[in-house]
Amino acid sequence: MDHVTFFALALPLIVVATMVVVHPSPVYSALFLVMTLFLLAVYFLFLDAHMVAALQIIVYAGAIMVLFLFVIMLLNLQTEPREQQRRGLRRAALIGGGILVLELFLLLRRLPTGDTPEQALPAGFGTVQALSERLFTDFLLPFEITSILLLVAMVGAVVLAKRQG
Amino acid sequence: MEHSHAALATVHAVSYLRFIVLFPLLGVLFNIFAGPRVGRRAINLVSPGVVLLSFFFSFAALLQLPPGGALVDTVYTWITAGRLQVDFALRVDPLSATMILIVTGVGFLIHVYSTGYMAHDEDVARYFAYLNLFTASMLLLVLGDNLLLLFVGWEGVGLCSYLLIGFWYTDDEKASAGKKAFIVNRIGDAGFLLGIFLLFWSLGAKGVWTLSFAEIQTHAGLLAVETVTVICLLLFVGATGKSAQIPLYVWLPDAMAGPTPVSALIHAATMVTAGIYMIARLHFLYSMAPTALAVVAIVGALTAFFAATIALVQTDIKRVLAYSTVSQLGYMFLGLGVGAYSAGVFHLMTHAFFKALLFLGAGSVIHAMSDEQDIRRMGGLKTKMPITYGTFLVACLAIAGFPGLSGFFSKDLILEETVASPHGSVVLWLIGTLTAGLTAFYMFRLLFVTFWGETRAPHEVAHHIHESPTVMTMPLVLLAVLSFIGGYFTLVPFLAPVFGGHHPAHVSALVKYLPTVAGLAGIGLAYQMYVRDPAMAERVAQRYAAVYRLLLNKYYVDELYDRFVVQPVVAASQWLWRVWDTVIIDGTVNGTAQTVAANGLLLRLWQTGNVQVYALSFLLGAMVILGYYLW
Amino acid sequence: MVPISYHLVLSGVLFTIGVMGVLLRRNTIIIFMAIELMLNAVNLSFVALARHLGSLDGQLIVFFVMAVAAAEAAVGLAIILLVFRGRETVNADELNLLRW
Repeated sequence: MDHVTFFALALPLIVVATMVVVHPSPVYSALFLVMTLFLLAVYFLFLDAHMVAALQIIVYAGAIMVLFLFVIMLLNLQTEPREQQRRGLRRAALIGGGILVLELFLLLRRLPTGDTPEQALPAGFGTVQALSERLFTDFLLPFEITSILLLVAMVGAVVLAKRQG
Repeated sequence: MEHSHAALATVHAVSYLRFIVLFPLLGVLFNIFAGPRVGRRAINLVSPGVVLLSFFFSFAALLQLPPGGALVDTVYTWITAGRLQVDFALRVDPLSATMILIVTGVGFLIHVYSTGYMAHDEDVARYFAYLNLFTASMLLLVLGDNLLLLFVGWEGVGLCSYLLIGFWYTDDEKASAGKKAFIVNRIGDAGFLLGIFLLFWSLGAKGVWTLSFAEIQTHAGLLAVETVTVICLLLFVGATGKSAQIPLYVWLPDAMAGPTPVSALIHAATMVTAGIYMIARLHFLYSMAPTALAVVAIVGALTAFFAATIALVQTDIKRVLAYSTVSQLGYMFLGLGVGAYSAGVFHLMTHAFFKALLFLGAGSVIHAMSDEQDIRRMGGLKTKMPITYGTFLVACLAIAGFPGLSGFFSKDLILEETVASPHGSVVLWLIGTLTAGLTAFYMFRLLFVTFWGETRAPHEVAHHIHESPTVMTMPLVLLAVLSFIGGYFTLVPFLAPVFGGHHPAHVSALVKYLPTVAGLAGIGLAYQMYVRDPAMAERVAQRYAAVYRLLLNKYYVDELYDRFVVQPVVAASQWLWRVWDTVIIDGTVNGTAQTVAANGLLLRLWQTGNVQVYALSFLLGAMVILGYYLW
Repeated sequence: MVPISYHLVLSGVLFTIGVMGVLLRRNTIIIFMAIELMLNAVNLSFVALARHLGSLDGQLIVFFVMAVAAAEAAVGLAIILLVFRGRETVNADELNLLRW
């Protein structure tokens, strides 16, 4: 990934991610999040993660975000008014966020990864076949456990949502 | 030591001794659980019945006792700790056999008598439960083959005395008497326990970890004389508590607050004999420590004299008897203290007979007089209560040492031994003889004032005076017979295997007959003062008013104890309560709690319930940790 | 070619934006979305490092993260739905029963 591509993706990413957080309307927030996820999928493609990029769109943008929008519309959430009451928390959160950025920056400066040369990639890196081979051999047990987790989540969601308030 | 060869030779293992203790315990359970429901009749049948069964088993044990040997019933191993093993084992040797026969025999008669005496009391089941427990504890005390079992019985009788003395607990004074008995006994028990500990550890230091009497006797030679002296004196402190000797005798005169048959049981068959028994049981230790023996003898003689002088002027029939018990116990300790153990135990037995008889007789009188206990309001009962009078007379003659009756033999034996024994002394004999005279005097004063002369009771009381029912007079008659012939029981040779060979004392005629003469003189003086010239007592009292008041107030011992022991203890306890407990202990505890509560009050402000505040805390925490690694 | 640190900085920035969303917004659904944003920021790091180290492990972990995110979204949204039914609100600062 060259510099042009990086900045062409990174700047819009930051902008839409910020919009997710600051936009007063939940529906817009959700749509900005979809945009963020799409941009990230493209970003993954440039990082030779083809399979992950595809999953990003299918699972995140496709399934999870639809769920979000569905709930938002079900609850018929309105644009929330400007928040006045929570000055203390707001200020504390901003200071905390600032320190977090600072610390992450310091952390990156410490890491040696910036100087090491990139490894040569094997053929077919990040393809469905390469990923699947690892997934069904070395990661078989976690993979199966994940399926159980999803099943449990599904049952849980149904039970919770069906309960009469 | 002449006792070393007396180590018991033949020991038969049997398995029926446990029943001697078990039967009264079953009686306790019956009275507690079934008693209140089954009614008076069944209680009156079962409660004395279980003691009678124990008596039969005791008698069987006596018959099976091998000559010079013992019977042992090892029920189970009670405690095993390292090299120490304590068995729950019961042992009958001549000494125990004597004791269990006295306890169950006299105890049975007292139980029977109680069925009549308590016939009108509401709480008869509780009464007999206590009485049976008392008997069981005493039996355990004398049957236990080790110090630990003896101590269990020792504490058991202490507890029961408290329960029975305070039997009518709604009366404040009687409840206090119970507490007094208990607390005074605790003081003695503390010394007793220390004695046991010291004995246990000093034997253990020599490699012998044991509490069994037989083994202690075998290895007693390992101990230094000084150690044995200290052990014996500590154990004797326990004996002074249980057996009411100076300085711990004060509970016994108050113990008459309980029902009269209980006084008979405490004073005659059980409880007070525990101290005598304990010293007799550990006689081999005392024989090793002449100093301890001398202390026992001196305390015994002084108590005998001291209590007898108090008894001279008391007007409460039971109080006179109570001080006479203290006095007679002093005799027994005098006997033990001069090394005449079998004489002491002999007197224990005869005393059990005539003192039980005296108390039961007094109970009969009190019963007839509608609960009047002051002899100044009695008189003239001779004709109205012939059986009570006759038996009471026998008991008085016996305790006064009238020739031919039981007390004559045992008391004379003790006094002769006091002179003859290497541990004895003429001074002690003189005190004993003087006391014999005093004893005869106050007993016959009691007899004359109570039974002779004109009745001084109020008319409505006098009208109701009647002889007691058969269940009460029958024990009196039996005990009178025993008091009469008790002196002919050949107890001294019987006990010889335990205490060693007995050498008949050779004493001068003066020593032999002077106590008897003193006794007769006491009777004569009493006759002169209270029958022939009733005004004489008054004159004597006025002439020696100071002495009279001193005796009437029991030398102010209770007041002295109150002033110098009870009040300081109470004051110290008050201080501990108000300063140490309330301020310091409570302050610390409450202060800790308040500090925690205050901090909690502050910290809980953090728990706002707002999930974002929690998230912020989480973030700050994560940043602190991250910052720590970046530093 | 951009160095690996560029990707990581971008990941950190996106993560911080997500954190601020969690801390500043009152609407629990938006808080939820901010959490998804944080997850994706971490995914970005994994993918970038997988590329950098020439190992597929990073991408495989992203796969699992997505599965967990899907499960979380399903349950979480069900809970939000339930809370809304009971209290007619999804505002985080009104849901403060869990307090002293």
